[in-house]
Amino acid sequence: MADITRDTGPVGARGSAAGSGGDPLAPRGLPMPGRRQLAIGAAVVAVVLAAVVFFVGLAAGWWALGGQDKRFIATVLNGLTLGSLYFLVASGFTLVFGLMRNVNLAHGSLYLAGAYIGWSVADATGSWFLGVAVGFVAMAAAGLVLQIVVFRRMEGQDLRQTLVTIGLSIVLADLMLWQWGGQTYQFIPPAWIDGTVRLPLVGMGYSSYRLILFLAAVVIGIALWLFLNRTKVGTMIRAGVDDRDMLAASGVNVQLVFCVVFAVGAGLAGFAGVVGGTALSIAPGEDVRYLLASLIVVIVGGMGSVTGAAVGAVLIGLAEQLGLVYSPTYGVVYTFLIMVGVLVWRPQGLLGRA
Amino acid sequence: MASITEQRDAPAGERGAELERRGLALPRGWAYLPLGLFLVAFPLFAGEFWTVQIGAYSMILGVIALSLMFLAGYGGMVSLAQMTVAGTAGYFFAIFGTSSEMSISLGWSPWLSLPLALLVATLFATLIGLLASRTAGIYTIMITLAIAVAFFYFTRQNYELFNGFNGFAQIAPPAFFGYDWNQPQLFYYLTLAVAALCYAAVVYLGRSTFGLTVQALRDNQRRMRALGYHVTGHQVAAYATAGFMAALGGLLLVFLNGRISPGTIGVGPVIDILIIAVLGGLRHPIGPFVGALAFVLLDNFAIDLIERERFNTVIGLCFLAVVLFSPDGLLGLWEKARRALARGGRPRS
Repeated sequence: MADITRDTGPVGARGSAAGSGGDPLAPRGLPMPGRRQLAIGAAVVAVVLAAVVFFVGLAAGWWALGGQDKRFIATVLNGLTLGSLYFLVASGFTLVFGLMRNVNLAHGSLYLAGAYIGWSVADATGSWFLGVAVGFVAMAAAGLVLQIVVFRRMEGQDLRQTLVTIGLSIVLADLMLWQWGGQTYQFIPPAWIDGTVRLPLVGMGYSSYRLILFLAAVVIGIALWLFLNRTKVGTMIRAGVDDRDMLAASGVNVQLVFCVVFAVGAGLAGFAGVVGGTALSIAPGEDVRYLLASLIVVIVGGMGSVTGAAVGAVLIGLAEQLGLVYSPTYGVVYTFLIMVGVLVWRPQGLLGRA
Repeated sequence: MASITEQRDAPAGERGAELERRGLALPRGWAYLPLGLFLVAFPLFAGEFWTVQIGAYSMILGVIALSLMFLAGYGGMVSLAQMTVAGTAGYFFAIFGTSSEMSISLGWSPWLSLPLALLVATLFATLIGLLASRTAGIYTIMITLAIAVAFFYFTRQNYELFNGFNGFAQIAPPAFFGYDWNQPQLFYYLTLAVAALCYAAVVYLGRSTFGLTVQALRDNQRRMRALGYHVTGHQVAAYATAGFMAALGGLLLVFLNGRISPGTIGVGPVIDILIIAVLGGLRHPIGPFVGALAFVLLDNFAIDLIERERFNTVIGLCFLAVVLFSPDGLLGLWEKARRALARGGRPRS
């Protein structure tokens, strides 16, 4: 694991399980993503899916037995909504980290900035969709600027980069407080997506916007997966996550790849800001909440793995909402316990590579 | 670790230059004497505001930041949970002892509640160390930040133990030996004593076998493991040591404020400790105190320069400037200035 400590060590030198220290002269194990990793990954996905199916099945059984308490189903759905938001935010975070070793602690600020800017645009033009688009584009541009102006200058110094992102997040949070004040903002999405649908089978109403949000996150997740696994740029990104130096040596313009990833990651955070701000609300302090969510999701899911981010986001979203409803004063403990459990069992994260 | 903690070894040429200088230099450690005298005499001529709000407060923040400096500077483990550990000590002092919330507080004698609070906080720090040492490097920041923020949300939503949003008020320092430790000058000397002890402890630890082992772990974990050192054990011990120091700082902080609430351990204060440590410099134990003094002075007097509300922008920009331009903090600037003076205008060799 310890190769992460070295700035100079090649990023990809994490094949050997016992290998630590990151001594550049030390022999490196060959990276073996092979079948075992795949099997573990598949098993984890299966476990999580099984858990989701179990919860839903439990709810269905509850309902079938005549239970009038619809709260459980609503909670699970809320958990999935929150999980999809967390996924949108954390997928960018994990990609940026996986590729550039940059723990972007200003990621929460990008979320909040995207939300505020999107709100202002939507408020001025009356078009919610324009707000969403601007939220994405503005933050993608901000991410590009950050990458080119700041992080490119201190490549390979991951602690320093992280400290810079902390400084940025403080300044950004304060400037946003200055510009938009302390009050809470609420988006007004178009009426046709902001209604109530009666869920079949369960027989209860649920916000259609939240269902759409969940579907949108699934679509974006699949699109991201296709982008990473089926396009040339995606192949480069995955190669860069595994071994940045080799990628550069094979003639790829790594800086360009970094820019693409940072823009996509930051843009997704801004996008999540607008759609998440619509589902919930925007207020100062949300940046920290989503930063915490991203951190935990990525620790749980595994660095650099978009699938891991999806798994982690669903787990954390469900744990948070179930905890909030069934043991309100100890809700955070569940999230924390999941993180502890993962760190003890698989320090590299559920889908992270050792 | 990265540049902030690296580059310890001065190039060989500078060592020669230092030898050359030595004839003129004062004996090692001479600076302690005037500094110590000044610190002891300070409350005699300074007003209450300067004694407590600037002097004592800087030293308290300095102690907490010192615990981070010990972890980050010597151990290469940048833990953002030091304020959380400090807050834990404060919280448990209020829970075991007396406070405004007597339905929660147990009302035990401070002779019992004070050591227990220190113990709980140190145990918590050990647990954090156990978790954080599962991974290494940049992950440490993420995990400790996650723990810190999760603990903040936990104290805010939990009313059974931590009294939620309001926290605890009317927490008095124990009346040990019949003195009122809240009295400004006494409190100042109490903080000074704790700060001096912690400082001396870190200086001593830095040269002890334990400290050297921790520093060696920072430089090359793999080699140390091959030499037969228990890597995790030493790291966790470092976390526990730093945690104890942070807990001391946390208790003093509670004595000073008389209250503790989630705001005390929120993200802002957690990051402030990092800012203080980095601002001062992570290479020497005096750094955190220099950083804390700069921070507290800025906090109090930046109002005159800008609107009060924009303090975070100012401190954030200062922090950015230090990280970008002087990776060794204010100490690094001092060092540069001293070298430039010592060279006496001679060109850089």
